[in-house]
Amino acid sequence: MLQRREVVAQINQARGQALMVTGLGSSSYDLHAAGDDDRNFYLWGAMGGAAMTGLGVAMAQPERQVIVLTGDGEMLMGIGGLATIGVQQPDNLSIIVLDNGHYGETGMQASHTQFGVDLPSIARASGLPVSLSVETEADMLQLCGALASQAAGKGGAIFASIKVAAESPERSLPIVDGVEIKNRFRRTLGLNPL
Amino acid sequence: MAEAVAPKNNPKNSWGADLFTLLKRHEVRFLPFVPDAGHADLIRLAHEDNDMQPVVLTTEEEGVALACGHWLGGKKSVLLMQSSGVGNTVNMLSMLANCRFPFVTLVTMRGEFGEFNSWQVPMGRATPEVLKSMGLTVHTVTQEDQLVKTIDAALYAAYASDQQVAVLLSQALVGRKEW
Repeated sequence: MLQRREVVAQINQARGQALMVTGLGSSSYDLHAAGDDDRNFYLWGAMGGAAMTGLGVAMAQPERQVIVLTGDGEMLMGIGGLATIGVQQPDNLSIIVLDNGHYGETGMQASHTQFGVDLPSIARASGLPVSLSVETEADMLQLCGALASQAAGKGGAIFASIKVAAESPERSLPIVDGVEIKNRFRRTLGLNPL
Repeated sequence: MAEAVAPKNNPKNSWGADLFTLLKRHEVRFLPFVPDAGHADLIRLAHEDNDMQPVVLTTEEEGVALACGHWLGGKKSVLLMQSSGVGNTVNMLSMLANCRFPFVTLVTMRGEFGEFNSWQVPMGRATPEVLKSMGLTVHTVTQEDQLVKTIDAALYAAYASDQQVAVLLSQALVGRKEW
């Protein structure tokens, strides 16, 4: 089974100039562990808001690739967002779910994806043109290829669910100060604080 | 897209175009919305404009996160919803406080002034308190001559000094839905 820290390191390596938004909990720790970067907007709360935050950035910065990295529980809480993304068709946005089938922060309770709820099918039915189920190293290469195509302006919005092992690697904590996370992210786009 | 015909029982307002002009003047780029009859003119005008993009949402909290994303990318948005939707946004509003995102929402009120449908009353009554308890400044507009002035002030406070402002459009202003 794929390991979350390894796949996130791989995505981070393949990101190029992409801006990234992470959902609260392990996804934020994973990206921070792969390498802190001012272009990372880490959520520490606002569960269910990662995909929509990413959509907002993608709409405001249509020339930049935006990658959202989140967990299955966080995606499920904002599941209607896939329908909203399907309407907008942002061709610079990728939503990548690290699906361990559990709510990892709260004691590893089983999530819906363990009971047959299939996130890539929901994304596909919502109209996202690329929707991948990633379970192997070969699938990961396919995802990285899709991200590279998107960075080159081809292929449209991407959804990917990566099945990862239900493990809890040591936490790697990004800064918590939301104002600082916002300001440093915006500065990379040449936008200054008010 | 299918031809849509507005139902006859929705109130008709004259200020939609004035509001739209104001939003354009403030360079508002995106209008995320869960529809309400009181916002219908604004949404229609945004659909017809090349520089204003309406964004239909499945639920109101999407609009809060979306507005934060828009500002992360350097663009302004205004969230349109009705009071029943305010309850859906509560936890997402924490993002505004934590990151001090500038934010403006225009909330058409239900259950507040001459409401027919009692199911609208509890959330209508709670709306200002819920928003205030999450740290937003709340202005209520009951008179048409205060509308543009108040929303202008809200946009200025938000995008000149990182404030979070809700403008409640009273049923006294919007008119009531006739049954």
